[in-house]
Amino acid sequence: MDAKEIIARRVALEVKDGMLVNLGIGLPSMVANFLPDDVDVFFQAENGVIGLGARPPEGMEDADLTDAGGAFVTAVPGAASIDSAMSFGLIRGGHLDMTVLGGLQVDERGYLANWMVPGKMVPGMGGAMDLVAGAKRVVVAMVHTQKGKPKIVPECTLPLTALRRISLIVTEMAVIQPTEEGLVLREVGPGVTVEQVQEATSANLIVQDVVQEMKLA
Amino acid sequence: MKRATKVEAAAELIPEGSTLLIGGFMGVGSPHRLIDALVERGVGGFTVVANDTAMPGTGIGKLVTAGLIARAVVSHIGLNPETQAKMISGEIDVDLVPQGTLVERIRAGGVGLGGVLTATGLGTPVEEGKQVVEVEGRRFLLEIPIRGDFALIAAKSADYKGNLEYSLTAHNFNPVMALAADTVIAEPHTILPVGAIPPDAVKTPGVLVDHLLEREH
Repeated sequence: MDAKEIIARRVALEVKDGMLVNLGIGLPSMVANFLPDDVDVFFQAENGVIGLGARPPEGMEDADLTDAGGAFVTAVPGAASIDSAMSFGLIRGGHLDMTVLGGLQVDERGYLANWMVPGKMVPGMGGAMDLVAGAKRVVVAMVHTQKGKPKIVPECTLPLTALRRISLIVTEMAVIQPTEEGLVLREVGPGVTVEQVQEATSANLIVQDVVQEMKLA
Repeated sequence: MKRATKVEAAAELIPEGSTLLIGGFMGVGSPHRLIDALVERGVGGFTVVANDTAMPGTGIGKLVTAGLIARAVVSHIGLNPETQAKMISGEIDVDLVPQGTLVERIRAGGVGLGGVLTATGLGTPVEEGKQVVEVEGRRFLLEIPIRGDFALIAAKSADYKGNLEYSLTAHNFNPVMALAADTVIAEPHTILPVGAIPPDAVKTPGVLVDHLLEREH
């Protein structure tokens, strides 16, 4: 199992029955593949649908039905199409139970940077700032290091996405919960030791007596 | 009863340097015939307010390629390398706005509000130069309204009165933009007799629509 699949399978356990969930593009979108059968949720795509479904059969795409990455999708029975004001009203207004997003850096305060690298990557924030500022739970799903460099750092050096402590960090090596006191190491990845996690993390981690190995969906 | 406007005539209405609100999300729900007519005509210097600049060869991306945009107020340019290159070279002045803030600023402009208070953008580069307002102990950014000289919007169908109905994720910014410009030009896929769109299905009342593009040929 590769790193991304471990992350997606672990994040899938955070999705509870009845939730409205927004999955970011890329790795976060893989979470939908690993939901237990008894978990029935609506996925929101911020471009305007509650009840995002699977990809349509080839040649049967509806030009007016895509996800926020522009890929053709379907809508599940019970879906609703909405305009952008309603969509972001749901996000900012506390109606979105959970968002899963990628990350460039997360720091000891639990602040996330995931939208730009000055001078290198300036794609625009799209909906990321609203999602992080407004969703009830923000789960960051990312690989633990970038080319060997830690992404969980004492203080973000990249521009922040929001002034909000995110809810949970899930990597292939660890599950880490940002708290008032700092970053608490809750779980380690399959076959990973606490020491290996600390070595791959430049931020200070609070290690409690019991650190479990992560369960996967 | 509206009269159907030819697409070339609609493009002729738009002077050089106008501020255009253009509907669409990665080209889905964009007024493609109007955009093609603007490219054909070649008059530019526009300020374009839109969710994104799509991709080269699609929707607003065609206006970028044709060099008709002087300023872009958008949430995302990540899928259009031409916009990024023109931003770096200084040909296009790009103002990046969080998606939920962008739609609410346009809504404020359209419904007579003096601004929007949002927590989105606090503590990020978006905050620079903006007033922070405290309401009941919570901090918000004051975001000012946006209006356009023209709104160029796409709809699934119109009736002879200009009432508009939208489809799935092709709603996005269109219904909001229909409120926020001096002149509204609507491009429907189909035009139906009055009554064929039930009152409950009308998302943009025809009284807001100044020009209705003739049917597709």
